Formats: sequence, structure tokens, C-alpha cells
Amino acid sequence: MSAAPAAAGLFDCRDAFSRTVEALAEADPRIVTVVNDSVGSSKLGGFKAKYPDRLVNVGIAEQNMIGVGAGLANGGKIPFVSGASCFLTGRALEQIKADVAYSMTNVKLCGISSGIAYGELGPTHHSIEDMAWLRPLNTLTVIVPSDPWETAEAVKWAAAFDGPVFIRISRAPVPALERADPEFRIGKAERLRDGTDVTIIANGIMVHRALEAAEALAKAGISAAVLNMSTITPLDEEAIIEAAAGPIVTVEEHSIKGGLGSAVAEVVSTRRPCHMRILGFPGFMPTGSVEFLLERYGLTADGIADAARDLLAARAA
Amino acid sequence: MTSIPIPSRESGPALAEAVAARANWIRRRSLQMIFEAKQGHPGGDLSAADILATLYFGIMRYDAAQPNWPRRDRFVMSKGHCTGAFYSTLAAAGYFPEAELDTYLQPLSRLNGHPNRNYVAGVETNTGPLGHGLPVAVGMAIAASMGPDAFDVFVLTGDGELQEGSCWEAAMTAGHRKLANLTVIVDRNHLQQGAPTEDTAALEPLADKWRAFGWDVQTVDGHDPAALLAALAPRTGAVRPRCIIAETVKGKGVSYMENQAGWHHGCPTPEQYSLAMKELGA
Repeated sequence: MSAAPAAAGLFDCRDAFSRTVEALAEADPRIVTVVNDSVGSSKLGGFKAKYPDRLVNVGIAEQNMIGVGAGLANGGKIPFVSGASCFLTGRALEQIKADVAYSMTNVKLCGISSGIAYGELGPTHHSIEDMAWLRPLNTLTVIVPSDPWETAEAVKWAAAFDGPVFIRISRAPVPALERADPEFRIGKAERLRDGTDVTIIANGIMVHRALEAAEALAKAGISAAVLNMSTITPLDEEAIIEAAAGPIVTVEEHSIKGGLGSAVAEVVSTRRPCHMRILGFPGFMPTGSVEFLLERYGLTADGIADAARDLLAARAA
Repeated sequence: MTSIPIPSRESGPALAEAVAARANWIRRRSLQMIFEAKQGHPGGDLSAADILATLYFGIMRYDAAQPNWPRRDRFVMSKGHCTGAFYSTLAAAGYFPEAELDTYLQPLSRLNGHPNRNYVAGVETNTGPLGHGLPVAVGMAIAASMGPDAFDVFVLTGDGELQEGSCWEAAMTAGHRKLANLTVIVDRNHLQQGAPTEDTAALEPLADKWRAFGWDVQTVDGHDPAALLAALAPRTGAVRPRCIIAETVKGKGVSYMENQAGWHHGCPTPEQYSLAMKELGA
């Protein structure tokens, strides 16, 4: 089994998000959207044109936005609450905790332009802490899609599921991954490539880079498996334990503290200790474009491949 | 403990009397819960009792046997720490047996210090941190205005709670959207946890603030069921959300608790408890 990035074209996952929400809304009048002056940045202009009475714009008021979403769910609606992930999660974290996760309301939180999508705008607009903030909210399903297809599938799954969901939706362009047998399975790691020497576990916009790294490693005689861990909560612990037979490299567009790498480390350290590298961001970062920041912190195909080689060398030493 | 008063479908003065009787029962039951649990929030429980009794036994449409009835009126207890009064009210309304009130705050009890909708029928949203209820109530009111299920939404906030900015975010949305199906009741007892509101972060002129946000505002005696029934009555032709500033006394009905910030939370001694129950006519 193997998958490689499609050669043609790069995609903004927000398009898949808005297209899917619009299509779902056509079939289900319960579907509404809630935004914080973020119609454009959430690409919900089309939804607004089609369903002006079903888009609730509360203005620049994230705490209110989350509470309004919870109230709409109480009133029988299926609200997709959409705003820049940095503000939606950071500003309104207590509302996400109490009104959505602890209350277990049927709210679909959509963290737009997550990670470092706002590159040059700096750490106020980066959302590299959101996974660390949301992972302890155990009733909240958290999904980090890797490409347009998976984004659409996550949105469809969230609409059909009765309960709180967070979907992390980047604007950073990604290729559509080639999948031999596409099937979205919530809570299950997607095995995109088999390998025997090392496992690379990634999600979001890092998945295609992980696949490129595996390809490069193969040319150097290293067999790397690639897991797409798009669901962070609930976590596919069995897939991690299986991977922990060998060394693991985790890759995420997030802080190295509290995200995918931490989640994997929590599992292997208590159930099957193995050698690990956690790739991500160290914390607040200097100004730079998305590509500049990914390069600077080793979140490229080359950087991932280097980390895998280092890990194998350290393990052998 | 006296038994729950019979549900009332009276009108006029008889209804106000029935509501007053239930409010008094809620006060006594709340204090019993706090005394037995050795903790709680008596001051706020006592100030909110008449408001809760008015809503549940004189105003709202609901069916405790069908807690998820889509057209039920919604009540949001934004001052979520006043669970003594809230749980007593829900028991009196028939959502669960009164005997369960004896488990208040006990290990593994459904009756948490703050209400949980997944444990207790009749609780619409989990509150506790302040400033959460009004935004959620605004969402409910928007849902009701979208249809197909129309209902009214009532939310009870503390007054100190209005220092949370999220309340005013929601007030702005409700005013902007002209949510005439939404009523906020402010339990205006003038005291927050440790001091008067006006000495902490002054709320006055409070009515003017709500008016400026696009609300119809009325100030009433929050311990007069007849006045509360009139103020909370269904409206015809309303085009703005409604704010009822209920002037109340923290610790109402128990002489040594009235207007004492120190009784925001705490537990009476056996002697104090006997005196309180005597004053409340038990």
C-alpha cells in the first residue's frame, strides 16, 4: 500500500469545507453557520447568499459565538461555528469547555486557518496551541484533515454525528492525496504507506510532506511507514502501539508541546516505550511566510527524512 | 420537611399566593440541602427563590415528563452556583423525586455543585463559570426565531456576573437581532462574592445600559410574585428583547443572612439553621 501526492494542483481546504457545508445545508434545514465577522475568511459567502437566514454573524465576539452555537444546538439546529482557530480556541476556550464539551452539545467547531497559515501575521494569529488546549476536553472529537477529500469527509461525518466536534481547517495549500481505497474512519489512523524501519505519524498539512519524506528515505534504503493520524480525539492507540515496535517520528503543524507528538508519547511511554522524535514548533516564532517557517523548523520532507535518519542512527548507537 | 405544594393553575392573587408558597418551600429546601451537605451558596439561593418559583409555577410552558419536548420554554440558570434553589425548583416541578435532593454534593451524586444537563433533566446547559448563560440563551432564542419550533427563552443572571464581558457581547447580539422571545432576569441583590457590586465594578446605571443595547427594561420587586408575574407575562407585539431587573435581597428571608456578603457561600450552624427554618415558617 502506498500513496503519493497528486501531481496536479494544490488546494485550499476551506473550499472543501464550505462546499460541503453548503451541500449538507441543502438537504438538512437544521444546518446553520455561526461566524465572528468571518464570512470571508471562512469562505462562507456562498452559504450566506443561498441561506441568508441560516448564517448567524455575531460580530467580533468569540465567547458569544460559541455560546450562541450551543444555544442553537439546544434549539434543534446543527451549527457549524467557524472562525480563525487562534481566536475561536484561544479567546473562547472556557465556552468550548463548558458550553460545548462538558455540556456535550451538538456543536461543530471549525478552526479556520489553523497552525501557521497566517505566517507573516505572527504568533498572535498563529494557532499552534489549539490541540494542546482541546485535547484534555475528552468529550470533544478533534479532527485534523490532511487534504480536501478528508476535509469534506470530516465535515460530513460531523454533521451526521450527534455530539461536539472540532475540525482544524488550514488555508495552506495542500495536494489531494492519492488513496487506493478512500474510506474516512473516525478515530482510526489511516495507513498511507507501509514500512519496516520507522513510522512517521503526521496529520493536517504535514501528511503529504511525510509521504515525500518516506519516498526520499526509500531511495536511501530506509523503509518508512506513514500514518495519517487525522483524529486526535479519540486517539487510535492500537495503531500507535503497533508502530511502537520500531522508532516513531511525529510531525505536526503545532507546538511540540501538547499536540500529536505529546499524544503519541503519552501512549508509548506507558504502554510500549520506543525511540521517538517529535517535530513541530518550539513556541513563539519570528516573522516569516508559511514555507519559511516550515523550513526553519524542519517541517519539510527533507527535515522529516533527516529526523528519521538521526533517530535510526541514535537507536543503533 | 413539608411536602411540595400542589401545582397551581390559579390566576390573579391566588396564583401569586401559590407562587409565594412555592418560593418559601424552595428557600427551606435549599437551606436543608446546604445544612446537610455542609456547604453551598445560601445568599444567592434565597435571593433567586421568588424568581424561580414565578417562572416555573406561573410563566413557563414545559412538561417534566418530556424534558426534551422541542417546544418547551427554555430556562438557563446562568448563576450556576445557586443549585440549592435550582435543584429544589426542578424537583418541585417534577423533573426528579424530591428525595434525591438529599444527595446534594455527595460523592457521585447527579446533583453537582453546578448543574449538568447530561445528569439532570430540566437543565438546559452546564453553567458555573459566569457570563455563559446569556450567550447560550441568545442562541436558543435565535433557534426559536428560525423555527419550526417556537418557544420563549428565560435566563437568570446574577448582577455581579454582568461584569463578565461575554454578557454584553450577547446583549448586543440580542438587541441587534431584536429577539423578542428572549427575557433576561437580573437577580439584582447588589452583592457579589465579597462586596457590594457598586464598590467592586459599578453596574449602575444598569437599566440604561440594557436600554442602550436595544432592550426593553423594567425594574420590579424581585420578592413580589404578583409583580414578577406581571413583568414576566407573555408579550404581544414586542419587538425587542426584555430585561427584568429584579431588585432582590441576598439571603432574603433569613434575618442574619440578609444583605450579608459573607453568606454568599457557607453553611449555618445547627442553631442558625433552626432559627432560619423558624423564620421561614417551617
